[in-house]
Order: sequence, then C-alpha cells, then structure tokens
Amino acid sequence: MKPASFEYIRIDSAAEACAQLAEHGEDARILAGGQSLVTVLNMRLAQPQRLLDISRAKALDYVRIDGGKLVIGASATQASVEWRPGLAKEVPLLALAFPNISHFQIRNRGTVCGSVAHADPSAELPLCLALLDGEVVLRSRRGARVLKAGAFFQGMLMTARQPDELVEEVRYPLASPGTGHAFEEFSSRHGDFAIVACAAAVNGDGIRFAVGGVADRPRVVTLPRLAGNALDDALNDFAWELEARDDPHASAAYRRHLVRQIGRRVIEQAGRAIPSAGGH
Amino acid sequence: MKREDPVVAMAQDAPFVGRPLERVEDAALLTGRGRYGDDLGIKPGTLHAAVLRSPHGHAILKGIDTTAAEAARGVRAVLIGEDVRRWSQPFVVGVKEPMEHWSLAVDRVRYVGEPVAVVVAEDRYLAEDAVDLIRVEYEPLPAVVGIETAIAADAPVLHPAVGTNIVSDRSFRYGDPEAAFADAPHRVSLTVHYPRNSCTPLEGGVVIAEHLPGDEGYEVTSNFMGPFSLHAVIALALKVPGARLRHKVPRDSGGSFGVKQSVFPYVVLMCLASRKAGAPVKWVEDRLEHLAGATSATGRLATIEAAVESDGRITALSFDQFDDVGGYLRAPEPATFYRMHGCLTGAYAVRNLRVRNRVVLTNKTPAGLVRGFGGPQVYFALERLVQRISVVLGLDPLDVYRRNFVPPQAFPYRAAAGALLDSGDYPAALALAVREGGFAELQQRRDAARAEGRLYGIGFAAIVEPSISNMGYITTVLTAEQRAKAGPKNGAIASATVSIDLLGSVSVVVASAPAGQGHMTVCAQVVADAFGLRPEQIVTNVDFDTQKDAWSVAAGNYSSRFAGAVAGTVHLAAVKLRDKLARIAAHQFGLAADEIAFAGGKVFPRSAPERAIPFARAASSAHWAPALLPEGETLGLRETVFWSPEPLAAPDAEDHVNTSAAYGFAFDICAVEVDRATGRVRIDRYVTAHDAGKILNPALADGQIRGAFAQGLGAALMEEFRYADDGGFLSGTFADYLVPTTCEVPDPVILHMETPSPFTPLGAKGLGEGNNMSTPACVANAVADALSTLGDISDLRLPLTPAKVMALIGFDDPAPSKPRERAPEPAAAAGGGRALTATGTTEIGASPEAVFRVLLDPAALTKVIPGCHALQPIGENRYRADVTVGVGLVKARYEAEISLSELDPPRSLRLTGAGLSALGSARGSGRVTLEAIPNGTRLSYDYRAEVSGKVAAVGSRMLEGAARVVLGQLFEQLGRQAGGAAPKPVSWWDRLLRLLGVNK
Repeated sequence: MKPASFEYIRIDSAAEACAQLAEHGEDARILAGGQSLVTVLNMRLAQPQRLLDISRAKALDYVRIDGGKLVIGASATQASVEWRPGLAKEVPLLALAFPNISHFQIRNRGTVCGSVAHADPSAELPLCLALLDGEVVLRSRRGARVLKAGAFFQGMLMTARQPDELVEEVRYPLASPGTGHAFEEFSSRHGDFAIVACAAAVNGDGIRFAVGGVADRPRVVTLPRLAGNALDDALNDFAWELEARDDPHASAAYRRHLVRQIGRRVIEQAGRAIPSAGGH
Repeated sequence: MKREDPVVAMAQDAPFVGRPLERVEDAALLTGRGRYGDDLGIKPGTLHAAVLRSPHGHAILKGIDTTAAEAARGVRAVLIGEDVRRWSQPFVVGVKEPMEHWSLAVDRVRYVGEPVAVVVAEDRYLAEDAVDLIRVEYEPLPAVVGIETAIAADAPVLHPAVGTNIVSDRSFRYGDPEAAFADAPHRVSLTVHYPRNSCTPLEGGVVIAEHLPGDEGYEVTSNFMGPFSLHAVIALALKVPGARLRHKVPRDSGGSFGVKQSVFPYVVLMCLASRKAGAPVKWVEDRLEHLAGATSATGRLATIEAAVESDGRITALSFDQFDDVGGYLRAPEPATFYRMHGCLTGAYAVRNLRVRNRVVLTNKTPAGLVRGFGGPQVYFALERLVQRISVVLGLDPLDVYRRNFVPPQAFPYRAAAGALLDSGDYPAALALAVREGGFAELQQRRDAARAEGRLYGIGFAAIVEPSISNMGYITTVLTAEQRAKAGPKNGAIASATVSIDLLGSVSVVVASAPAGQGHMTVCAQVVADAFGLRPEQIVTNVDFDTQKDAWSVAAGNYSSRFAGAVAGTVHLAAVKLRDKLARIAAHQFGLAADEIAFAGGKVFPRSAPERAIPFARAASSAHWAPALLPEGETLGLRETVFWSPEPLAAPDAEDHVNTSAAYGFAFDICAVEVDRATGRVRIDRYVTAHDAGKILNPALADGQIRGAFAQGLGAALMEEFRYADDGGFLSGTFADYLVPTTCEVPDPVILHMETPSPFTPLGAKGLGEGNNMSTPACVANAVADALSTLGDISDLRLPLTPAKVMALIGFDDPAPSKPRERAPEPAAAAGGGRALTATGTTEIGASPEAVFRVLLDPAALTKVIPGCHALQPIGENRYRADVTVGVGLVKARYEAEISLSELDPPRSLRLTGAGLSALGSARGSGRVTLEAIPNGTRLSYDYRAEVSGKVAAVGSRMLEGAARVVLGQLFEQLGRQAGGAAPKPVSWWDRLLRLLGVNK
C-alpha cells in the first residue's frame, strides 16, 4: 500500500492550479484534504503523475456569505464550516449533516469542495448540495462556469468537471424563511458510508427530498405537501426510481425499505422544523 | 494479645498479586516509544519486500514473467515458486493427506491473496512498483467458496492428490449416545453457521529475515507470537536444524489475539527472499494484505442435537460439524476443532456425546488462531441450542441452565470427552449475574417494551473457557493407531527465568511474546511478592530469542496461557531463587532456612525482625563473596523453571483428551432492542460474570474482558470476511470489514468470582477469550428472544447486520405505482458473494445492421469499448486489447482478450472480455440482442461480470455502480459509432413525471 511515484506541487492560487491542470489535465490531481485521494493513491487505484496540493492555499481557504449563499473555497476544511457559530441558522441542513460525516479527525482535514468533487454516491455534502440546489464553480484557464448541483453530479464518482478545471468553490443557499430541514443517515457504524442518507426541505410550497447512498449520485425529488398514503406512495415510487444496488452490506430491497422508512421520518421532521412565523 | 506477624507488618502494601496496579508498559506505549517490529533498527543494506498476490480464488499458475520487474529501478531480486522449491519444502500438515503448502504458490493458487512472488528492492515503494510489472499467466478454475459447495460430490477439488476437499473425517463416541437419544422424550436440534471473521490487530505482521553466510542458517526478527511448536515447522520448511533458525521477537507487539500466529509462513518466505537477494530483507504487512491474506477464524457449519428430558435436562449431545479451513490446512489447523474437543459438553454434566468432525478446504485464506480459537464456533451451536431447548419445551432458560450445570461439588469433573474441569461454581456465577446484573429490571423493561409493541429480548450464554492448551490435543485428529505410531504428545511446557544481579536487583525473563496484555506488570507483581519487594523493583524482559532464552514447545502468547502457566512458572522460579537466597541468608544468620522471611525489602529471621538486613545486601553477597555460601550451595543467583500442568495427558485409546489445563467460566446476560423499522440491534445492557480462579491484576482482567467483549460484539453484529462466488475477496478495507469502534461498544457490566484452580501454581486461569466465545451466542440469543413475538425464528446467522435482521422481521417491498419498464435490474442475490449480473435495454438511433457492423469492425469496436487503446487481432473475432477502465479518479489498466461469438447478424452476438491488471482480474460476458424499431434499434443485453483482486477487495461497495458506468459508456459509443444519436435509456420515471406534470 505505497503509492506509485508522483510529482508533488504546492499550489497557492486558483490560477496556479488552473495552469497546471491546463498543461497536464487528467495526469494531474488536486490534493486538498486527501481523505479519499490518499487512500486511493496508496492502493494504486489511481496513479496520477502530479499532485497539486492546494491544502495550504490561503487564497482558496475561505468561507463567507455572499449573495444569499454560503460560499466555501476549495481549501476550506469541513471543520471550518461545521464550527461556524451561525451555521445552524445559515444552512441548517449542513449543521444536521456534518456529524454524520465520518469522524471529526477526518472533518478536520477533509474539504467541502473535495467531497463534492469526489462525488461519492454515499457522501453527505454532495447530497446536501443537491437538495438545496446549490452551485459548483468550476474554474479553468478558459474562465469560470457555475453549475447547479443537479448538472454537476453525473454518476458514481463522475462529475461535469473537465480535466482542466478546478472545483474552485461551492455555494450552499442560505435557508429561506418558512423552510424546515431534516437529515438522517443509516450506516453500519457511526461515520461509515451511508447505506441510505435522506435529506428534506419542506415549506408551504412543497417538499424537496433527496437520497444518497442508493443511486449512483444524490437524487432529488420535488413533491407537493403530501402526507399519509399519498406520501408513502410517492416515496415508494422514488425508492424504485433510484435503482438500488445490492452490495455486501445491504440488498436493494432493504435500501428501498430504508428510503421509505427514513424518508417519511425525515420529511415529517422537516415539516415540524419549519420556523413559526415571527419566531426565530 | 497476639503479637502482629512481623512479615505482615513489614509487608506494607503486599501482596501485590490481586491488586489493580498500573501497567509498567504504558509509559513507553503512551509516549510513542514502544519497540514494535517496524520500529526496530535494521542492519545497513537491509532490503524491503513486497508480495505479489493472487487475484484469483482458484487458478493454475501457468507461467510467470519477472523480466520487467527484475530490470526495474532498485530491484535486487524476485523470488518465485521455483526458488521456493529449491530451497525449502512444504509445511508439515496435521493430517495424513498428500497436500502441499509452500510459502509461495508453486503450481496453483487457492485463495485470493496467496503469495505468488516476492520482489526485494531498495525500498518498499520500488518493490511495489516492480510487483506491478510481474506478468503471471493464470488459468482460472471454478472456485469452491461455501462449505456446502465444497463437500458436494461434483465439487472442484483444491488438491487433486487428495481427491476430495474433505481432508479429515473423524467420528467420536462417548458414553452411550444412541441409547440416550432413543430414550429421550424430546430431541431438539439446530443447524448453525459460524462466519469467517478475525480480530484484526492494529499492527500487521513484520518480518526481518537474513540468510546467514555459509551454512549458518537464518536469523529472523518477527512478531510471530507462537505457539513456538511452529518453530519446528518453520525450521523443517527451511530444511535447517532448529538451532540454525534463530528467531527473535521484539518487546512490543501491536495486538495479536492469536492472529499473529499466521506470520509464520512469512518467516519462511522472507528467509528465502533474503537468500535470493543475498541481503537482509524486511517485510511489513499492510492492511489489505492482512485482511485478504493473513488468516481467519474457521467458518463452521454445525448441526447439533440434544436428547432432552421434559424438565430440560440434556442426556446426550450430538455434533455434526464441518470446518472451513480455507485453501490449505495450515498448522496448527485443524486445531479449531480439537482445542475444544475435551470440553464440547460445555458447562453441562452430559455423559453421552457423539461427534463427527469434517475438515473442509475452500478457496479462502487459510484459517488459524483467532482469539477464542474454537470456542466461538462451539458455543454458537451449543448455547443457541440451550435457548432452543427452553423455547421448544417452554421452560425458563435459567432453569435449563441450572438443571444441566456440572454441580459445584463434582469438581474436578471429568467431562464426557475427557476435559478435567478443574474448579468452579457455575450456579453461583449464574446467581451473581442475575443478582448484580439487574436481571429483574431487564425483565421489567422487556415487559414494558413488548406492551408497546417494541422488539426487546434477553439472551444468555454459559461458557467454559479453556486455558493452557495441551500440546497433544491436536493429535486427537489422528486415530489411536496413527497416534501410537507417531508417539504420544502432551503437556504444555512453560518456562521462566528469575535472576538477581550484583546490586540485588531482580529481573525476570519469560518466553511469552506479549501483545499488549501487560505481562511485564504481572510478572513484577508476582516476583515482588516472592521476594518481599515492590513491583517497581522488578525488571521484566519479554524480548524473546530462541538461541538465548529458556523455552520449549508451548512457548508463546496464545491459549490464555499467561496467567495460569507463565505467571505461575515465574512464581515457581522466583520461589526457587528466594529459597536459595534464604539458605544463603540463613547460613549468615546462623539459622535454618525456613526461619528466614522476606518482606518490605528486607531479609530477616522471622523470630528476630530487628536483625533485618536490606534485600540488596543479602543478595549481593552471593555474587561478591562466594566463599560465604553454605557448603554445597551452587553459584549464581539465577533460576530457570520449566513447568507443565500435571493433568495434561496425551489422548487415550478411546479418544478422551484433557484439552486444557484450566477451565474458567463465564455467564452472560444480554438485553437488546431491535428497531422494527431498520433491523438495527441495540445492546441495552450486557452483563458478564467471570470465574477465572485467582485474579492476578483486576484492572488488566477487566481490560481483557472489555477487549474480548468488543470483539465478540463485532462477531455478533458486524464482522465477516465476505467472498464472491468466484472466490473474489470483498473485505479488503476497514470500510468493508466492519469492526466496532468505541461508538458502537457499550460498557459491559463486569462481575468476578474466584474459584482458584488446583492445577496452576497461583490458582489463576485464563479469562481473555471468554467473551469472544460467549458474546456472539449471547447476543444472538437475545435477538432470537426479541424476535420471538413475531414467530418461531431459529436460523440466526452472524453477523446480525441490520439488513439481515430486517429480513428476519420481514418487510413489504410494494411495487411502484406504475409498472416499471425494463430498467437495469441486478439479478444478484442479496448480501453475500455474487457476480455482477444485470439485464437492460437501450435504444440506438441506427439500424441493427449498422450497429452490428460496428461490432464487427475492429477500428470501430476499439472506440466502443471504454478505455480501449488498441485492438490487436489474434484470431477470428478475437483480439488482444489494452483497456483502461476508469470510474472517476479510479483507473485500472487491463491487458485483455476480447472476443465476439454466437454471431447471428444482425440479431444477436456475445461480447466477452477477460483481463488482468495490477489491480486484479476482470471477466465479463454479455449477450447483446438487436431488434429493429421505427427509429433505430432496441438493444437488449444481459451481462455477467466477475471482478477479482484488489479492486473487488477494496471497492465492493461500488462494483455494481462501476459496472453500470462502464456499460453506459459502451452503449453511448456504440450509438455514436453506428452513426445514430447517442442512446437514450428508457426511463419510465421521466415519462411518469411528464404525465403527472411534476418536476424536470
């Protein structure tokens, strides 16, 4: 479990990263927190020739509120977002999701953009980004483009990022008044990859509901404010649409069952979490 | 008034044995200064080894090309099968069958992870680079994975010379089981499966080996921890006298739990690698190697039956057992069966017993020592059966226990198969657990939960915990005639050396190879008590050197032998040296030796404590003034004692065998709640009451219990080595092989009672394996009780994962509101091993003829196959290809063969590919059917793919999805190349949403 040899390059800015990526494309990989990449390197499942280490790039290490969104730079760790004092009000869904992301030691190093770029179908941060209809900013020498989460995530570990592009930042919309959020994950142990993770945002207009860990990417469905059997039926249809897979930990049927069970709970919880008007 | 005993008065805090002293080991361990194998300095010029391992569960090794590897930077040697044949011989095997197990595969591989070659290079990175350059030609064979398939009449045979996968089949009969079964009013039986699992120490194997110049032999440092009977196995394999195999064990080992026994084949392998390289070689096992290739507990399939009276008394037991030992019968297997053989009747006074043991080979990693060795398998059957008896007969399970226990007055009790249960009071331990564990409260909780419709259950387990294995027990696998021919084997020789230096300080040397248990601390406690000193005045050395230390066949760290045998022998050696010192001091005091006392760091006449002299002075005179020794006294202050437990005889002609010297006892109570919605098992309370005789250090004892409980809980709920049907290994990381972490392990309620063993010097017995034996069965019994309100559920298979428990509870999986059109639907079985199979349909905007042309045109086909760099024709519709399969950042470059067959233009064909890469092998075959539709072609496919090796071992969670990605890429390109539009998978959901006007 030793990686193949690679060239290590310290990167201080997006421009430097883009220059390297423009020149080397697929042969270069961004190293941020390294919580997925280093494992994959050590197992030689990936053998990039260059690692572009952005973990100490101050210019990319930012978390700020901008344009009604929580904007997170490529080098910002998950912990730096998790520990924002106002997170529970800014993006309550993230505050609910963070404790499910592995263990705190990993969140201390892992980055938000890294998790989004890696696009593990079980990962929580892509799920939240998809549910909230957040954005991914991709930068290359050709310029920057902004994609909605739904367009960015394309499949298992697959995204719309081109080989010359850097995931420069991700943007989570701030909670809108009158919307309640909930998150629940079912995994084998605390901190494991989700077998099923569910997130919901509920307001007067309806329900946005997303599931991770089942399909090849986080999947979102928008529903009217259903309840009772109608909600169960809609959840069941969505559970089937996810085309669940068998793996050594859970069968497809069990995953559908969890989507129905946890999904309903999460949607009801989100409904209850709608802040009362005038309250806070 | 009675005068106070001067020895007691001077002794201050003594005795130290029995007190929860802090560990002397911890200062080093907690400050990162432990001396583990990988931390030791190595000789300049030491090279580093990496092992090429089989990606196949079963294959013929047809050829190996090491040219590129040998030419790679920094590589000094590549060791292959023919070297191993030249310089070594196969390991000796415990049964009389013509099986060859070499340290490296020579003609066939029999499990994923089996060593095939060793690269020796200047560092590990370069060695791994070169491993990727070795080209091996395998001819895959059908693999046998489950016990049921391995024993089938038409099963592929792993060792053709043996002719069957059942390499040992022995039956035993004690008492009159037939009569007991015939007479019994009830027969209760149960078939159970025990999974393959392990105890996964933090530190993997470490071997530093050197082939010495000339005929000097080999010198090795490794964290192999015994049993050192295997030193003989290693020496024989290397074809050297034992004295020419010097083996050293470092002071610290990062956990063993028996598992480090499996380091021994690598000792041989690295000795040979050093021989080929002409330099010392170091190898450090990594996690993937460890999980895939080190060892496993045997999997077991057992049918157990009891003849039972109406009040629950068991009059006879019958075991029909199969052990899955993996691809080779590696020493000391089939010991998993025979370690427990003498005490197969557990805690129960059952005189009639019938046993049939069959040892089965499968295409899995060889099995070996894993904490609890043999016990978890036996008790999962026996204790589940006791629960079934209470259910079937409608009895209180505690009454069933009480009516069957060996009565307290019967000790020492000779069990039916020969175990001499040394001491105990099983009903008292049960009463202790019930009383102090709050059983009444748990019953109330169960009642309350059930009243609310929740699933709450209570389970029990009673286990007899053997310690200090009889070195002769394994010969029970042989017939009495075979044993007579081979000569008897018995005993369990332990050794210890205690010495006193020039300044009167005391040191202890033991051949116990500890792995974190605190042997140094306990040795100091024991010796301090013997000399009237304080533990901090005693220095313990646990390095082990076969050329310098006193050791014998049973040396090492296994079978819970430390407290009973090693600490006991330390005590004997200390007492022997103290008696010598007493004789010397008595001579100086002008008294008889028995009048000399040792306490509080002083040596003094019992009758005149005021004449006390410091211990150091009393001791040093023997060094500085030998002339003052009493006449006839020997020189030196160093005593070595060898001790073997008296009751350990060889198996007798009727196959009675006292398998261990001491037998502790544990009675456990577990209360669980099962989540109806998810199937998750939550431990509400776990109570474990132990009787391990004299407790030497209660803090260490509780630490042992906590550790064993955590591992037992892992076995109960999470841990299993999983294999695909083709033998592919699927548990290569800690994300796949799930070990409970501190978040998942509740604190058990630990209770103790002490019934000292009459057969060990200090009355102590082992207690570190009990919960590995009791907890899996106890948790399963609790789950069975929780589910009992849903029906009669008896077939509980470990680990009880939420998915499995949910399947037992049962749940609706209602069809979607609109029937689904044919979307890709995995046809695979839930959970276990599987090949990747799927069927699906896609539409292509080109005619079937156009699509077919693409498939037959190599240039176009190159573009269709994802990641295909070039197709080189090697026959009609057969190609050699270089294919990079990539999913996200993960990429594997395969050298593949691709062929088209079953051609029926333009209607159907079969596309087959097989490839090998440094990451493993992949095979896939799919039938493609084309059907003309108004605007193009409807393409239907069904495929079956098998992925093996590293990709499968570490990526099983994603294999199914990855296969879909690759398939998607293939059809997209097929559509493009056929000149039509890119294909559109048919989504009923899109259509449904459009109909409903929702979304998108």
